[in-house]
Amino acid sequence: MEVVFHQDYVVERDDYASAGRVSSDIKRTLKKIGFSPKVMRRIAVASYESEINMLIHAWGGDITMDIFDDGTVKLVFKDPGPGIEDIEKALTPGWSTASEKARAMGFGAGMGLPNILRVSDEFDIQSGKDGTTLTLSFRSDV
Amino acid sequence: MKAKEIAKLLKAVPITYTLWDEYAQEREFTKAFATDLMSDVLAMCQDDFDITVLITGLAADQTFRTLEMLDMTFAILVRGKYPPDEFIQMAVDMDIVLLGTDYSMYEACGILYANGLGGAI
Repeated sequence: MEVVFHQDYVVERDDYASAGRVSSDIKRTLKKIGFSPKVMRRIAVASYESEINMLIHAWGGDITMDIFDDGTVKLVFKDPGPGIEDIEKALTPGWSTASEKARAMGFGAGMGLPNILRVSDEFDIQSGKDGTTLTLSFRSDV
Repeated sequence: MKAKEIAKLLKAVPITYTLWDEYAQEREFTKAFATDLMSDVLAMCQDDFDITVLITGLAADQTFRTLEMLDMTFAILVRGKYPPDEFIQMAVDMDIVLLGTDYSMYEACGILYANGLGGAI
C-alpha cells in the first residue's frame, strides 16, 4: 500500500479553546477527498474522542493521518504522558478518571476509548510513563 | 415531527435565529436523544443522524463539535441556558440550528415523547 495523503497536527497542552479543531479539519479533508458520510463519521468520532483524551488526560501531543491508495485511513495519536494506569479499566464502558474541567466540557462519561474501539477497524494502544500511542485504521470504499 | 412543531411544543425560541428560516422549520425529525455527556452522543449506533434532534443542557462549544462530527444539525438547549456569542457563531458556521426552551430536560423529553417523537439509540 502506498500513502497518497499525509498530514501532521499538533494538540497543544491545556489548549481547551481549540478542543476538537483537529478532528473538524480531518473531517473536512475526508469530505473533500470524497469519503462516504458513514466512514467519515466513524473516523470523526474516533479522532474527536482521541483528541479530547489528549487534552483532558494527557499533556497534548501529535496526531498524524495517512491515507493509503486502497482507501485505508490510519490515524496515530501520540502523547508525552503521563500514561494510562490501567488500560483494561479505561476500555470498560462507564469507567472514567476525568477531571471536573473535562466534565464541564461534556466529557467524562467513560465512553471515550470504548467508542474509539467500536468504530475502528484496527485498534492498538501502547501506554507507559513516557506517554501513550494510539494507532487506528479504518477501511473505506473510496 | 417538523422542527416548527417541536419548537411550538417546547415553547422554544431560536438561538441561531439566522438559520431559523422556512427551510429549517419545515425539516422533519423522527428521533431524539437527550444527554449532557457528549461521549454518550458519540456512542449512538445509527445512520440517520440527520433526522435526530439533540436535547441537552450543555451550552458549550463541544456540543457543536459533537454535532458536527455526527452530521447532526438540530439541538434544543434546555432550562433557559444560552451559550456565549462565539459558540453561537460556531453553531451558525456549522449550519446547526439551535433552539432554547425554559423547560427542564426531563420535561422537554416527556413532552416530545408524549407527542410521538421516539428515542434514538
